[in-house]
Amino acid sequence: MTGTRFLIGAVGLPAIAGLAFLPTLVDAYHLALGITLLQFTILATAWGMFSGPTRYVSLATTAFFGVGAYTVAVFGEQMPWPLVLAVAALIGAVMSAIVGLATLRLSGVHVVIFTFGLAEQVKQRVVWFEVNKSRVLGRYIFLDISQQDIYWQLLALAVIVFATGWLIARSRLGFALRIIGEDETVAKHCGINVTFAKVALFVISAVFMTLVGAIMAPRWTYIEPSIAFNATISFEVVIMALLGGAHRFWGPALGAIPLTLLFEFLSARFPSTSTLIMGVVFLLIVYALPAGVVGLVDRMRMPRRSSATEGSAA
Amino acid sequence: MTNALLTGLVLGGMYALIAMGLTLQYGVARIMNLAYGEFLIGSAFASYFLFTGWAVNPLVGLIVIVPISFVISFLLYKIFLTPLVRRARTRDALEVDSILATFGLMFIVQGILLTMFGGAYFSYSFLAIPVTIVGEVLAMNRLVAFALAVVLGTVLYLLLTRTRIGTSIRAVAVDPASAPLVAINVPQLSALAFAAGGALVASAGVLISMFLTFSATSGVVFTMKALIVVVMGGIGNLMGCLVAGVLLGLSEALVATYIDPGLTIAVNFALFLGVLLVRPAGIFGKVAR
Repeated sequence: MTGTRFLIGAVGLPAIAGLAFLPTLVDAYHLALGITLLQFTILATAWGMFSGPTRYVSLATTAFFGVGAYTVAVFGEQMPWPLVLAVAALIGAVMSAIVGLATLRLSGVHVVIFTFGLAEQVKQRVVWFEVNKSRVLGRYIFLDISQQDIYWQLLALAVIVFATGWLIARSRLGFALRIIGEDETVAKHCGINVTFAKVALFVISAVFMTLVGAIMAPRWTYIEPSIAFNATISFEVVIMALLGGAHRFWGPALGAIPLTLLFEFLSARFPSTSTLIMGVVFLLIVYALPAGVVGLVDRMRMPRRSSATEGSAA
Repeated sequence: MTNALLTGLVLGGMYALIAMGLTLQYGVARIMNLAYGEFLIGSAFASYFLFTGWAVNPLVGLIVIVPISFVISFLLYKIFLTPLVRRARTRDALEVDSILATFGLMFIVQGILLTMFGGAYFSYSFLAIPVTIVGEVLAMNRLVAFALAVVLGTVLYLLLTRTRIGTSIRAVAVDPASAPLVAINVPQLSALAFAAGGALVASAGVLISMFLTFSATSGVVFTMKALIVVVMGGIGNLMGCLVAGVLLGLSEALVATYIDPGLTIAVNFALFLGVLLVRPAGIFGKVAR
């Protein structure tokens, strides 16, 4: 165990350092691709952080992403940048706490339905507010933030996501979540506050999604509700996490990289039919790889390990 | 006020009809169909082309579109969803799998509609005659749609409560594990219920296309509202659909008239949460299953 951890450190730290120097080496196109890759890696990992252990399918990624982007559009020029990010994170946390408290005490179906409509609902409220109160629909973002800056911020956030996930897995909360994932009734009888654990996890995951939206916002100079609350993002994130395998923390990131490249290729080559092709890819994954790539790897390694050690290593 | 109430009632009747199809698919066949609204929009487009292309009256179009949708949904269940039903070890596992599969399906149907029709809004003018009821003016097409929704709902209710096959379907909804013990063919009836749901949503699509504008991407809103109504009313319960649907329609019409038309979805969800916090299993739902 210590050996593998040392190995992760030995590979991981130079890899992060190498990625940090990437913007100085590549051209603008590849930098943009790198930004998209990081964006989806963080979003998918944050999604898996909540939906992996609880097995609730959350379709609300776009809602938080859009809220982050909109926070920047509204406050971006009035406050220093770190404060803007802090405000975005706070709004994301409050919103997810409300949604979490309202739905997570109910069953998984309610979560699906509520999150399915959340982006649309938030979008409608933003439009309503902009039309009636502030009287602008669509805002310009003129901030002195370059593509390189976005890349570095996302890279830092990615490191924080993985560190947070690792810390959660080692904390009391992570232990509680593993029990909830195995059997919720047992967890309740052990004295675990099931709702609190789920809401806490939902909030943490939502804060990361909101921050991604906020960091990405300066990339568009013009923003309006239909750009910020784009339903395809929720969809893409779910596919990526499923391809990788949501029940392992590293899984979603494994799915995010190939699919980002695929979607990038599709939207360039087949702009009009990309929705259709994405749907087909999604179904192939649901049918052929129910447990994701990670599940496939686990199954191949299964004969060598007994199920007992598998359970304790997870 | 009367106008808002009448609009709300008509709207609520349509929501109830849409939700009845989903309650069959979700309550009996255990498929939470996130592509449901896409089928509604698909049949709305079919009706549009029958009407503008061949001048087929939408009410006649129903006779063509509804049976075709029944067959399509039946095949969809048999070919596409049965592997998932077989694979699922528990009810919850099937729920997650069906959510994911139909979520993908939603994008496929939407993608097909988008490539065929683009993102533009469509509508056609059929029976747009003003009619006066209790001092308020309403369009004829809305009234006809409402009347047909009432007829379809009543027929479905009678089928489910008065016939043998309807009783078997309700038995599957209540307890799919025990139904085989009394010689009920659960897979067959699930397919039948799923197909009937598809036929219902197709009829709702035709009726709605008579008085609402629609686009290739507007299915999501209908799925959302249908899901809200089904869960709010109590899964698998037709009376629940009716009450919750009318409640939703009325609240929407009142908010649109007196507060702001831009806040209808917010009201939908507020109502949804309000009901579920008081009765987690829905208005007519039973808690212990």
